[in-house]
Amino acid sequence: MRPSLNLRAALVSLLLLGVLLLGWYVATLPQASKAVNVDPEYAALMGGGAVKKSGMPTPAEVGHTLIDKLAHPFYDHGPNDKGIGIQLAYSLARVLGGFALAALVAIPLGFVVGMSPIMQRALNPYIQLLKPISPLAWMPLALYTIKDSSASAIFVIFICSLWPMLINTAYGVAAVKRDWLNVAKTLEVSPLRKAFQVILPAAAPTILTGMRISMGIAWLVIVAAEMLVGGTGIGYFVWNEWNNLSLTNVIFAILMIGVVGMLLDALFAWMLRLVAYNE
Amino acid sequence: MQANFLKVEGLSRVYPSVRGQAPLTVFDNVHFSIDQGEFVCIIGHSGCGKSTILNVLAGLDEPSAGLVFMDGREVSGPSLDRGVVFQGHTLMPWLSVMKNIAFAVKSRWPDWSRIKVSAHCQQFIDLVGLTGSEHKKPSELSGGMKQRVGIARAFAIQPKMLLLDEPFGALDALTRGVIQDELLKICAATAQTVFMITHDVDEAILLSDKIILMTNGPRARIAEIVRNTLPRDRSRSDIHKDPQYYRIRNHLVDFLVSRSRRMADVSAGEYDPRHPPEITLGLVEVVATEAVATIKQPALHLV
Repeated sequence: MRPSLNLRAALVSLLLLGVLLLGWYVATLPQASKAVNVDPEYAALMGGGAVKKSGMPTPAEVGHTLIDKLAHPFYDHGPNDKGIGIQLAYSLARVLGGFALAALVAIPLGFVVGMSPIMQRALNPYIQLLKPISPLAWMPLALYTIKDSSASAIFVIFICSLWPMLINTAYGVAAVKRDWLNVAKTLEVSPLRKAFQVILPAAAPTILTGMRISMGIAWLVIVAAEMLVGGTGIGYFVWNEWNNLSLTNVIFAILMIGVVGMLLDALFAWMLRLVAYNE
Repeated sequence: MQANFLKVEGLSRVYPSVRGQAPLTVFDNVHFSIDQGEFVCIIGHSGCGKSTILNVLAGLDEPSAGLVFMDGREVSGPSLDRGVVFQGHTLMPWLSVMKNIAFAVKSRWPDWSRIKVSAHCQQFIDLVGLTGSEHKKPSELSGGMKQRVGIARAFAIQPKMLLLDEPFGALDALTRGVIQDELLKICAATAQTVFMITHDVDEAILLSDKIILMTNGPRARIAEIVRNTLPRDRSRSDIHKDPQYYRIRNHLVDFLVSRSRRMADVSAGEYDPRHPPEITLGLVEVVATEAVATIKQPALHLV
């Protein structure tokens, strides 16, 4: 019997990983005295013969850092030296804070917009205008009005998470099948019960998809926002390590950002499965 | 049994003119009534406003003119007194069979205990023959089973009247027959008052006491009301053995095929919309073709 599709896919994935690591390994090999087919004069000019090390860290170095840092994720040696767990926790707290605030605003507002054609038309120009603005463009205004860099980062997350959730909620609510609303009508269901027991479950998959998109964007934006506001967080960590010229740490941080982003997305995919329904 | 339990008076539906076009009158000055415990079918071609009439009765739509009274009160807006089974199944796909019905039962009796609600639901699930499928989601059910859940849901709130909008239209002939039998049984047991839209002449004869025939739209009206004189304990297997059956059937088919169109063109004349001609040709002791021939006379004095 042939191995299952999953197993074969995993094998190909591993193979790709091997190829990538090998490529990386070869690319960052110390370029020791290989003046063989180089013009000797040129080699001398370039300090030929001396063992020259690439600035790019090798896979082994990154691997070391990975193990070291992950072994002690929560140490705190002052503002410039915190464990990766602490930095990620700061970023996650900001993202969750801004995201939760956005959900509190976007979902009720989305219900209103979705249920009322007037509100939909009235708010549409604002939504269309505000949606394409890069959330970072709000940063100066946020810093000026809020006067707190950490809160400003939360505000930026709030602003960027708002639109996908708002638009999807409004769309999901507006697209609830007429039939179900008619059933609720003929059963004389109260408006509140209709909202929570008919519209919400009917629109839940669309709403959660909006939340998933928002979360993805928020996690993208937090890195940039923290580079600007500084102090703590994974974005600050990346920028700080760049200033320290530690590309090893930068690569490590990039990996961590990817892993956390993937986990957040998987969390929403899981929740989406819980509320999904087949017609 | 209360006579004229439901009364429809002067119902019409006009769509206002759009961009200079003439306003469209779908149906005009429709009068009819339904006694308590009566099963009434309405037959007519698409576009004659059958569904609109049903939606008005349900309170989901508003007529341009006219009034509907049920049990002495004017119908304005939807009510738990009128259960509706819609054309497609309208079950909520995220709820199981039991919960779909419980949703309706809880709307009707909000202070019932959980146990009482589920016992009540179970009774109606058993009634439509879905025992064992209580916890299935609608997506796991066949079309016929879904429609049964819809029927169980409508019956479970014990409405004063049941409105069925072509409930079996999407089902295959076999399933349709089985559910028709069940509906017949349940209606006989509960003496439910029913108003049903159908396109199926046989279905109408099997189920109804009275068949309302609509002329073609626009400006559709009730052409005549055919009283189904077949004895009420009908069964699908031997209904066609009764000589009345073909008389009624031929009359209905003839109406659908040609007269519904012809009668739409006939100007009012002796036609009184308040008392559309009522026909009891099932009992007419003449050869079927003759019966139809006499009825074809424009006067229609068989009131």
